[in-house]
Amino acid sequence: MSEAVAHPQALAETYEPSLFGTYSKKIGMWLFLLSDSLTFGALLYAYTYGRISTPNWPTPFHSESIRNATLMTAFLLTSSLTMVLAVRASVFGNAKTQRWWLFATMACGTAFVVLHGREWSNLIAEGLTLPVFPTVPHHTASAEFSNVAQTVPQFPATFFGLTGMHMLHVTLGVIYLGIIALRRTFIPILLGLWLIAWLATPAYSPFHYGAHVLLAAAVVCGVIVWLKPKVYDSSDVEVAGLYWHFVDLVWMFIFPLVYLMSTRII
Amino acid sequence: MATTATVHAHAAPQGFIRKYIFSLDHKIIGLQYYFLALVAVFVGMFLSLLMRIHLIWPTAVLPLVGEIKPETYLSLLTMHGTIMVFFVLTTAPQSGFGNYFLPIQIGAPDMAFPVLNMLSFWTTFLAFVAMIAAFFVSGGAPLHGWTGYAPLSALPSAGPGEQLGADLWVISIAIFCVASLMGALNFITTLLDLRAKGMTLFRLPLTCWAWFVTAILALLAFGVLLSAGILLLLDRNLGTSFYVPLVVVNGTVMGHKGGSPLLWQHLFWFFGHPEVYIAILPGMGVASQVLSTFARKPIFGYKAMVYAIMAIGLLGFTVWGHHMFMSGMSPYSAFAFSIMTMAIGVPSAIKTFNWLGTLHKARIRFHSPMLFAIGFVSLFVSGGLSGPFLAQPVLDIPLHDTYFVVGHFHLIMGVAAIFGIFAATYYWFPKMFGRMMNESLGRIHFWVTLVGTYAIFMPMHYLGMAGHPRRYSQLTELAYLHDLIPVQQFMTYAAFITIGFQFVFVFNLFWSMFKGPKASDNPWEATTLEWTTATPPPHDNFGGHTPVVNHGPYEYSVPGAPRDYVMQTDPVTATAH
Repeated sequence: MSEAVAHPQALAETYEPSLFGTYSKKIGMWLFLLSDSLTFGALLYAYTYGRISTPNWPTPFHSESIRNATLMTAFLLTSSLTMVLAVRASVFGNAKTQRWWLFATMACGTAFVVLHGREWSNLIAEGLTLPVFPTVPHHTASAEFSNVAQTVPQFPATFFGLTGMHMLHVTLGVIYLGIIALRRTFIPILLGLWLIAWLATPAYSPFHYGAHVLLAAAVVCGVIVWLKPKVYDSSDVEVAGLYWHFVDLVWMFIFPLVYLMSTRII
Repeated sequence: MATTATVHAHAAPQGFIRKYIFSLDHKIIGLQYYFLALVAVFVGMFLSLLMRIHLIWPTAVLPLVGEIKPETYLSLLTMHGTIMVFFVLTTAPQSGFGNYFLPIQIGAPDMAFPVLNMLSFWTTFLAFVAMIAAFFVSGGAPLHGWTGYAPLSALPSAGPGEQLGADLWVISIAIFCVASLMGALNFITTLLDLRAKGMTLFRLPLTCWAWFVTAILALLAFGVLLSAGILLLLDRNLGTSFYVPLVVVNGTVMGHKGGSPLLWQHLFWFFGHPEVYIAILPGMGVASQVLSTFARKPIFGYKAMVYAIMAIGLLGFTVWGHHMFMSGMSPYSAFAFSIMTMAIGVPSAIKTFNWLGTLHKARIRFHSPMLFAIGFVSLFVSGGLSGPFLAQPVLDIPLHDTYFVVGHFHLIMGVAAIFGIFAATYYWFPKMFGRMMNESLGRIHFWVTLVGTYAIFMPMHYLGMAGHPRRYSQLTELAYLHDLIPVQQFMTYAAFITIGFQFVFVFNLFWSMFKGPKASDNPWEATTLEWTTATPPPHDNFGGHTPVVNHGPYEYSVPGAPRDYVMQTDPVTATAH
């Protein structure tokens, strides 16, 4: 089974030129991103709606949170740079360099997710939590965050909803890049990561259950790699890069809206 | 052949499972969608029949459901609406016929992403299974209507069906969103990238334009519904309060506060209104194609038709507020939504007049597809005329929660789109199965269905103007509805007859599939690319070559031409110009 749609130059004799002068996969990814931006747009709309309709929206984030989120942002921006370098290497046909830049991008993405997970866990321990999250044992919640969760439930709901959706996108992005870089070799690694994430997180943490996303992704990736066993070329790297930059771009909206605009200014 | 091989990824599959079940062939996938919709439409129709029976015989004990309690009635109408809108009106005309004929009509060997296409169908199938499962879990199917208004849909304690059944409902919708997104981006990419040489944008058949614009609407609208559904799941299962204010259910204060039910309405209708056009635009495309073929005339105002489809698609995203006039929105917003809504009347009227212009002074061949296409125009006009009523807040407010709205959207969105599906079925059946459908049975089916649908849905307008509320299961306990019961009885009898005659269609479909007379490659003497290839089309659609297009899609009765039609692939010299 070869690739469905070859590069348009090869087909110029039989087909009309593509409207955007590029190959199908790239158009498909742009269309997906268009749709996904509306998905995020709806979430941001819900956030804005909740924030505007709530009097006295809390601004509880301390400098630790902001420092942590800034570090996360730095990782994500760096990962965009390494992604560009991976695409560049793939254009030059330098498979080895391309793979190392992809690994660097995945490392930055993973660092982002781990830092974000630590941030979530701290906030939950301090009392900024959803009703279903179990209380963290041996930890006294701060009066301030518990108060926010009690009086303005919209705050934790939008925080966890928006950042959770984004975290899911980054996680899936890392898996996507892993498949591009390593193909089916990545699936056992993914299963290993799932096991580590599941065993390393305590049962009261939402990530204990969230880790199963990795398991589900491993199954889906298995099906896809089985259906389309092929070598990924530079166009696949470029298309994956589009997705990765988009996820970055979404964070550039979420970071100011969710974090910076809710900072405690003393 | 060498270039075809690079384009056409997969060799013809051997073995039953790869050929018919997990097929990558867009034609098989189109048929899978079609038969999924056929199953769904009978489920939905059965539910509507139960509702109609209950309305006039409230104490009757019915098969499968037993005695119908008020909450059972709400479950029936919820599932009827959801199944019909998502699994019939979205699935058959777009994913079914679009999948089968969009690649053939543009001269492509398959969709741009065959694997994605297969995943899209099986994801839809999974969504359907989840939806049907809602009937069988404890508490039964949800009560919140196909629009799923919060807070009813967000509170598991709000009713018997709002527990696991409602979760399954939301999950099914979310899965359906993902499936539709995959389908939509596949359609758009295919149309942009795989048009055969000479198939410029303004030589596309209007069906392709309709599927293309529909796919864009689906791409943009379903992403928003996906978000709305995710937030609803969070509200239901994680205790957030996006849609739920401080609320008391049966004397118990719920743990929610601060949310807004209007947020759901905005997000839902931002999807919901484009969804109306997702259902009806493919029907418009089919009607244009069929009217032109059987009137033996070029479609009147081809470019105007194209721009009208685009205008409808664009305006469709700006009018969602007209579903929310009752929500207490600012009169200024309501005014803006009202103006935009009435503006949609302009491109709709352009389309209607162009259809009539196509029929004007034509030597019409009245075959079954043509009858259903004319029926489509009739229903589109009848249903459309009540649109400007509902577009005005001052009229919408008294009419909104009555049968008037039920009559309006069933005529224009429900039955009109179904007539589009029928027209498409009768028109393309020979190409799909290689045999002709029975013409007499087709005519009987058409006349009973046309008269029957008017008999069912026209009286709803009168009921609505008389103040009959919708979604009421008991009519006998309200004195002011007593005088209207005979009308309800009439509608139920009409529904019995109309639904009964749909079995004529099903019989005709399956009987003709095996016993009908063999069809030639071009039985209707039509011009578009699907009629240039074998019947049924080979695995790669054109048997190893890619057609070259020299003509527009509707060149009928061309002066000086040897026949009364010029096919899109005919050499340029065949015409006098």
